[in-house]
Order: sequence, then structure tokens, then C-alpha cells
Amino acid sequence: MKSLEDLEKKINSELTTKINNTEIKHNQIYIEIDKDDIIDVAIFLKTNQNTKFRQLIDITVVDYPENNQRFEVVYLFLSHEFNQRLIVKYLIAENEVIPSLTSIFPSANWMEREVFDMYGVSFKNHPDLRRILTDYGFEGHPLRKDFPLTGHSEVRYSEDQKKVISEPVKLEQNYRNFDYESPWEGTKYIKSEIESNDKKN
Amino acid sequence: MTKKIKNLNLNFGPQHPAAHGVLRLILELDGEVVEKADPHIGLLHRGTEKLIENKTYMQAVPYFDRLDYVAPMNQEHAFALAVEKILKIHVPIRAQYIRVIFCEIGRILSHILNVTTQALDVGALTPSLWGFEERETLMTFYERASGSRLHANYFRAGGVHQDLPKGLEEDISKFCETFPKIINDLESLLTDNRIFKQRNVDIGVVTKEDALDYSFSGVMIRGSGVPWDLRKSQPYDCYESLDFKIPVGKNGDCYDRYLCRIEEMKESVSIIKQCLAKMEKGPIKSLDGKISPPPKAEIKQSMEALIHHFKLFTEGYRVPKDEIYTAVEAPKGEFGVYLISDGSSKPYKCKIRAPGFSHLQSMDFLIKGHMLADVPAVLGSLDIVFGEVDR
Repeated sequence: MKSLEDLEKKINSELTTKINNTEIKHNQIYIEIDKDDIIDVAIFLKTNQNTKFRQLIDITVVDYPENNQRFEVVYLFLSHEFNQRLIVKYLIAENEVIPSLTSIFPSANWMEREVFDMYGVSFKNHPDLRRILTDYGFEGHPLRKDFPLTGHSEVRYSEDQKKVISEPVKLEQNYRNFDYESPWEGTKYIKSEIESNDKKN
Repeated sequence: MTKKIKNLNLNFGPQHPAAHGVLRLILELDGEVVEKADPHIGLLHRGTEKLIENKTYMQAVPYFDRLDYVAPMNQEHAFALAVEKILKIHVPIRAQYIRVIFCEIGRILSHILNVTTQALDVGALTPSLWGFEERETLMTFYERASGSRLHANYFRAGGVHQDLPKGLEEDISKFCETFPKIINDLESLLTDNRIFKQRNVDIGVVTKEDALDYSFSGVMIRGSGVPWDLRKSQPYDCYESLDFKIPVGKNGDCYDRYLCRIEEMKESVSIIKQCLAKMEKGPIKSLDGKISPPPKAEIKQSMEALIHHFKLFTEGYRVPKDEIYTAVEAPKGEFGVYLISDGSSKPYKCKIRAPGFSHLQSMDFLIKGHMLADVPAVLGSLDIVFGEVDR
């Protein structure tokens, strides 16, 4: 499909019940679906002659700890043929297991391992679900919003035990997180004036 | 009498010069033939994405230098573009040219490093000596524009940090005259070199299908004959107005990828020349005081400039709630930033899509059935830098 609007229509008509919502912004299509439909949607997007999203660019998760369905899983697709990008999203709760895309896109392997490592989301039918970026024996999932920036443990070489040991983080000074946010909005008219001058230049 | 033969497990790295950084590769060998490769990454993991979530948008820029540290500004570019698209700000034309010039310098920096160290991995020492001389010159350009040779922190949402110093444009254009000769010299050492060809031709072959399935981008996909370059297909900044070619390989082996990189360097030189010719005097960052800091002289005169300066360097600018994926053609492939803003002055989430991550993932499939000696050749042609793979 040449234009994004056509593509949006096409996807909506072919996948009807599987699509919860579609939106076009920033020249990309954002699609919301349900967890169980991801395999069908991915196969459709990859194989259909009018979509041909042959590349899975990345998989990631966004953490909203205050929500019931805490994690939003995001898949980024790219179609070389039609030069389009598409983003598929769905919400899941903590401890929910989601289907793996490795059988459709081999490149999903490490991306899913990274998601597992960083957010603790597990994948069903993944061939090799291990931690990938964090250290051997690491505990916790660092990109969750409730994981502190400084982490829980630090590693050092112990002269007494003659080996590398891991112990709880001891900070000489607390991490300083200043709250600079202020309700000050400033004036609007100056901005538009500058912009019009900007265009004249 | 029968003998039992067991496969040998070999630890390659993390401290191995041909591992191009801290890669621990566990190889299962049957004699000299590799049966399986299991890369263990993350030894350089610094939690960049977590750190960015805790910094303002302006403070996040330096983290991008530390990803692919051989071409720092290309990464900054992706982040700057993402923020600009959400804020809907216009980048002055001079800033666009400056950014493109430094992105292409970054591309040359990265390709010199890759081509020469790949040659080093397969036994040729001289190219790296010649190539690094040129990298030094290029890093001086970085230093003169931004103040530092490597971690530039130069691009901003809305433009660049400061204008080019006097004389830099002339020196870059002098470099563009002399550099093609150096590329030819490098080529005379490698392109028809018997040993270099024996080590690279038909090694690590990637078909078009594989390249798509394994999410390859950049030279890794072009080497296999797919003419895909984000500078052409999804142009950003002023790339649309520039005239350049996309070199494409035929066989998808290590040698074709080497040839692509050499040709890309020549194209980069031509892009830099065009930019220098078209560039005119003018503003180098957005004039919106709510986003880019005012000049120092103005702070002493104008109350408003002083307030802007104070607000920008304490709270930082706020970015309205939105989400966006922006990608640039970094020297190694598609480098993307998936940015989610929540209306505050810090990103809610910033996922970094590094090309090296998907390339290294395919190591197992690329090296299966090859000899142990081919491991450095394949690894070299993947163009891996651990700053971006581990993030």
C-alpha cells in the first residue's frame, strides 16, 4: 500500500476484530491489539502482499507501575517495499506470559531476551530465554520504574577474601534528584513573534 | 579400536584484540570447524536508557556519544531529531548542513576504523597505521567544533551547540581534497590483495532473505544487494537536497561489505563538499528561547534571556506528551530512538535501537560451518562496537 491511510484501511478491514485502535501520527501507524493476537497480526503483517513488513526493528516494553495492566509491549516493524513504519502495542499485567515471535522473526530472539532481562516479562516458546545485558547472577529488572537508579548491590574486590564480592550499595551521599518543575508557563505571544521572525530570516 | 571424539568448547574473549571490545564468545569446535557460537554480551552495560530517564533532555545528549564511540555525532542526531519532531521546531538551514557534515565525518571515522581493523584482524598491519592518521585529523575537526575529540555533545534539539570556528570550513574542504588519495592508497593495499581476498571472499555470506529476517541494516543489508539507505528512503535534515549514490554489494560476503564501506567513504567526501559549497551564514540553532539557550552576551543585557538561561539549565525544556520512533542511517546501520515523553522535562522512556545488537545476534548463523580463523574476519565485517551493543 502506497499511502498510510490506505494501509490503515487495509489493516482494519483484514484484521477487523483483532485491531482495537489505529492512529497515524509522525508518519507512522500505531496499532493497538490484544495480547493473544500478536502472532496472527505479525504473520499477517509479514506475509500480506499489501503490507510486507519484513523487518522487526525492535521490541520493547514501557512500564506504567500505577496501572493495573502495568506493561505496554511495543513492536516496531519496517517495510522496505512500501517504505513504511508500523508500531504494534498491547497491554499486559505483571507476571503475564506473552507469545514469542522468534518463529516468525529470528531476530526477535535477543530482543525478547533483553525485554526479559530489563522488565522481567516472560515469553512462551522462546528457545533460549536467559538474561543478556546484566551480569551473571544479577537480580531484579533494572528498567522497571520501581528499580532504583543506583541499583541494589555493588561489586568490589575484597582483599580479605581474595575474590570479587557483591554487597549492598553504600552511598557516601544520597542520589540528588532536585525537583525543578515549576508551574511557570511564560508568555505565549513572544514565542509566536520569534517564530515569525525566524521564518522571515 | 574406536576413539571417542568430543567437541571442544573455546572461550573467545572478553579480552581478545579481535573481539573489538568486550565480547565473550563461546565457540563449540569440531576440530577447526565452528559448530555453534554463543556471544555473551553486556560486559559494557552501563544502563544508558535508565540514566536518560533520570536526566533532562539536554543532559541526555552526552550519553549518546558513549554508545557507538567511533561515530558519536550520528547518535546524537537521532535523539535531536526525535525531540525536534515532538516539539515541532524548525532547524535553521545552516545547522542542518553543519549536522550533516559532522555525521558524514562520523561515517568516515567509523568506516576507516572498521576497514583498517578488519584488515588487521586478517593480518595486514599497514592500513591501520595509515588510516588512523586520517582519523586523528577528523577528530581534530570534532575538537575544533565541539571542544572534544570523541564525546562531542554538540547536537541539540533545534540545531547545534555553537557555530563553527573561523577557518574550520576551509580546513575541512582541504581535507576533502587530500582524503580520496588516502582511500586509493588503502585500496591499493587491500582491494586486490591476494591474502585479503582469500580471507574475506565467500566468508560470512548473507542472502537478501537472511538480511531481512535478522533485521540487518546499513552496510550489512546493502552488501547483500538491498539498496536501502535511510538517508535516501526516509531523508532527514538536508539529505534530500544532496546528491549521492548508495553503493550496493552483490554477494553479501565480508569482501563486498568491505567494498561498500570504501565506496561509502568516497560518497561521504562528496556530501561534505556539497554541504560546504551550499552553506551560508545564518543562525545555528532554533531562535526559540524556550528551547535553545540565549547567547552569553544577551544574558548580560536582557532580563528575559537571563530567565530563559536559568530555566533551561535547571528545569530544562518540557516536551509535550507524545511518542515517536526516529531512525538515522548511522555508519553501522539503522540507529533508532523510541522516545516517550510525558510532558515533563525528562523523557519517560528512551529505547535505543542499536544496529550492532541485531548484527551480533546473527553471529551463530553466520559462523556455523566456518573455520575458527574466519571468526575474526566475520566479526570484523559485522562492524561491532560494544558501546552500542551493550548500551
